[in-house]
Amino acid sequence: MLVKELTSLGAPSGFEDAVRNFIKERATADEIYTDSMGNLICHKKGNGKKVMVAAHMDEVGLIITEITEKGFLKFSTLGGIETAVLCSKKVLIGENSVPGIICAKAIHLQKGDEVNSPLKLKDLCIDIGANDKESAEKLIQMGDYAVFDGVFTPFGNNLVKSKALDDRVGCAILLELMKEDYESDMYFTFTVQEEVGLRGAQVAAFNIKPDIALVVEGTTCSDVYGSKPHNQVTNLGGGAVMTAVDRAAISDKNYYDFIMKTAKEYDIKLQIKRTTMGGTDAGAIQRSGIGVKTAVLAVPCRYIHSPVSVMNFDDADCVYKLAKAVLKNIERSGL
Amino acid sequence: MQLLKELVMSVSPSGRENTIREIIKTQLSSVCDEIFTDTLGNLVCHRKGNGKKLMLAAHMDEIGFMVNYIDDNGFIRFSTIGGVPKYNVINSPVEFVNGTKGKISYENKENPSTVNFEKMYMDIGANSKETAEENVQIGDMASYCGNFEIIGKRIMGKALDDRAGCWALIRAMQNTSSTNENDIYAVFTVQEEVGLRGAKTSAALINPDMAIAIDVSNVGDTPESLELNLKLGKGPAVKMKDASFLIHESVKELLLDCAKGAAIPYQLEAASYGGTDAGAIHLSGGGIASGTISIPTRYIHSANEIIDSEDLSNTVLLLEKIIDTPIKKYI
Amino acid sequence: MTTSEYLEILDSKYGVSGNEKEIRTCVNELFSKYCDEVSVDTLGNVIGIKKGKNPSAPSLMIEGHMDELGLMVSDITEEGSLKFVPIGGFDPKVLPGTEVTIHGKEKLFGVIGAKPPHLISGDRKVPKTTELCVDTGLSKDDVSSIVRIGDIITFNTAYTKLDGDMVAARCIDDRGGIAIVLRVLELLSNFEIENDIIAVATVQEEVGLRGAKTAASHIQPGCAIAIDVCHGTSPGVSDEAFPCGKGPVLTMGPNLHSKMTRKLIEIAKRDNIDIQLEVCNGDTGTDAWEIQVAGMGIPTSLLSIPVRYMHANYEIADTSDMETAAKLIATFATTLKEGDCLCW
Repeated sequence: MLVKELTSLGAPSGFEDAVRNFIKERATADEIYTDSMGNLICHKKGNGKKVMVAAHMDEVGLIITEITEKGFLKFSTLGGIETAVLCSKKVLIGENSVPGIICAKAIHLQKGDEVNSPLKLKDLCIDIGANDKESAEKLIQMGDYAVFDGVFTPFGNNLVKSKALDDRVGCAILLELMKEDYESDMYFTFTVQEEVGLRGAQVAAFNIKPDIALVVEGTTCSDVYGSKPHNQVTNLGGGAVMTAVDRAAISDKNYYDFIMKTAKEYDIKLQIKRTTMGGTDAGAIQRSGIGVKTAVLAVPCRYIHSPVSVMNFDDADCVYKLAKAVLKNIERSGL
Repeated sequence: MQLLKELVMSVSPSGRENTIREIIKTQLSSVCDEIFTDTLGNLVCHRKGNGKKLMLAAHMDEIGFMVNYIDDNGFIRFSTIGGVPKYNVINSPVEFVNGTKGKISYENKENPSTVNFEKMYMDIGANSKETAEENVQIGDMASYCGNFEIIGKRIMGKALDDRAGCWALIRAMQNTSSTNENDIYAVFTVQEEVGLRGAKTSAALINPDMAIAIDVSNVGDTPESLELNLKLGKGPAVKMKDASFLIHESVKELLLDCAKGAAIPYQLEAASYGGTDAGAIHLSGGGIASGTISIPTRYIHSANEIIDSEDLSNTVLLLEKIIDTPIKKYI
Repeated sequence: MTTSEYLEILDSKYGVSGNEKEIRTCVNELFSKYCDEVSVDTLGNVIGIKKGKNPSAPSLMIEGHMDELGLMVSDITEEGSLKFVPIGGFDPKVLPGTEVTIHGKEKLFGVIGAKPPHLISGDRKVPKTTELCVDTGLSKDDVSSIVRIGDIITFNTAYTKLDGDMVAARCIDDRGGIAIVLRVLELLSNFEIENDIIAVATVQEEVGLRGAKTAASHIQPGCAIAIDVCHGTSPGVSDEAFPCGKGPVLTMGPNLHSKMTRKLIEIAKRDNIDIQLEVCNGDTGTDAWEIQVAGMGIPTSLLSIPVRYMHANYEIADTSDMETAAKLIATFATTLKEGDCLCW
């Protein structure tokens, strides 16, 4: 799986080019095209049902909104990033990957309430070492994007830390799935702008008009110190995650049962997501056109949307195996 | 335990350590080559050796109270000596150096959970200024009233901080042979509770090659307590850091080797607050390799602290092992 | 080598207060290149002496601290995560989402996690350090076989060159100071000077100027220059701060010897060396505070490099300020002669 290569690319919502180009070069399909939104669609022809398999290419990131007179960069977030993780992290800005550090006032200089107040975006800026606006503008333009410098680092017991596991792990799994043969008419779809509102998937689903869709995601996992058992959502090492209900979609009951059955049959570890928070492309796809049967399989990721998201390789493998089994058997599923 | 009881019952707040000093002197004069009291009142027990100078320090003093003012009805207003927690004080019995007893209460129109020391007073049973002054003068010092109980495997009493440490050091000195390679200085320091003052001057006087303080540390084994890793009964703690010092690599090695070598259970501790005599000693002169052994203790600085008797006996064993281990190879 | 090159080497080594072994070995080697003798004292300060021609000339101690902030393991949780206590003055706001190295029996990688936005309800609060922990990705048993309470945790950062001479690094405070000490030694290596130069890299500054106190009291130099960092101007920070790239900051006030400091100012004027001036009415919070009153008292000056975001995971400074500081100190060193009176 190409998780390492894919996570090393910088591609926040609206700037997915690097990931799209990478996937385009490696995709194996009968026709490969990019739609007007920028979604990359890889069509493997088949005689059965129309099946859309989707993963999103974009990651959470930042966008430069202003270059100050003194040469500091103000920014907004692209997608949901907790401001608490930003301070004192290294970012790479724009296509040239200009290094910068997200900065706030030193602890010694914080007065009164500042010490105990959580940082807000307005308290932060990116420092690229520029002396003034003019020298900053030689390197950076307003509207440039920035991503975390979160290198892929295997550690612990079969874990890896990286930025953008959500959802490059999904992209990597799709690239593997695409190598197989299927009876169905397969549309492997790499969507854009998931993190800012499932926007790419909406357009892609409208164009493809699938009968069935499977979304492959990275999802929340909070099985860490200080988290009560009922708040952990998923467990690292617990296998593939299937969503019953989230804020964006409720899984099709028959499809849900079919996946459960398949997991049992193939002896693949499967856990159910234990919250109704969050949302995936499945929400946009399900309600597209006359409606689509959708399900979500996901890899649990601790500290998701931070520079240090963490996943277990076994879980990714479970998602891959389960997705493959589901897609190979979907014609006989009675869906 | 009779000796520990005697140590605990003695009223010896910071700067007024005379009573306890005499008790310790009696215990140790026969097992040392020289024993003397220095300028500030530290009791220094020197057992000569040809090796490196090892200083072992336990503090004799305890937190306490000083009389500020005696009113016409014989009630006493006071200041505190050392870190006395307000919430521990109300309704605690107290005892003066001269044996006078009383209790602390507060102006009861105040809210007891927020009341300050200025709104507290001592009642020593006097009915007028004059009768009070027969026993107590302004400037006199008191501590929590002496109490000592053995409750199961645990020991409860006032000032186990650091009388437990003193006891362990006395016993370790008594139990070890009089011929050791290390040049041993067992020092019973004064004024620890008001800023490690005795330790500072005694370290300057002795200028040891290595120093180990024996003190107490808070535990986290009570219901919904602060997240501290120490537990009662799991052995003495080797303190890696507190707010006053970071353990010296050589002392860490010595302490862990000794504990492992003698198969003594021990715990490790890294604290973000607090201080021990090691904090003052390690900065003396050109710097002294220092560390601390802590006896796990519940309810420190209250009128009834609780320790575990096995922790205490294991502390003695650890100290004996240290005394008998030539420290030369660690320096 | 330039100060920037020295800084890059020094920043790649770890040395949390009280556990300075790795950086000490590195500093010891670098000092040995330029000094006649190098020794390590009880607390771990590295002291290098470059002998002068005239033993009667007042010796000059130039000093920076080599320790850095870090964390210490205080407990291991059931999940195999590590609780910690900070060593040095931290802003807990920089910790969530940080990559760390745990220095146990072997080095382990870990992350300080953070809740994702999807799981946070209600008001945001600044995390207390006691609420945070390091995720090692290992079980409690596995971690316990490698890590014990008291082990050190350091921050993973990458020395990063920014625009111009600006750099971002983990602890310019005060590896920048040590880099300057090294550059001064290098600049003086071709000179035969009168006085002894005593280069000192101190320990335990971040926990209370502890190394400087013991080092200065047994070295007892004729005079001393402490090199540390001050706050650089950055958004929201203009008072109490100095712009980067306009030269090192020389401090005046009761903590510093006025005659010695004036001499440094004169040299800067004479040789057109850019410096900025700061007035401090008391404790400078640097090693200079302890050095000044060590033993019989030591005439002391303080030179600081403006650093933005002090004590965060990344600090940013202009290496040209360090180069300038080295030049000023080296020039000063060549002017000290026998009978040079630094008394009042």
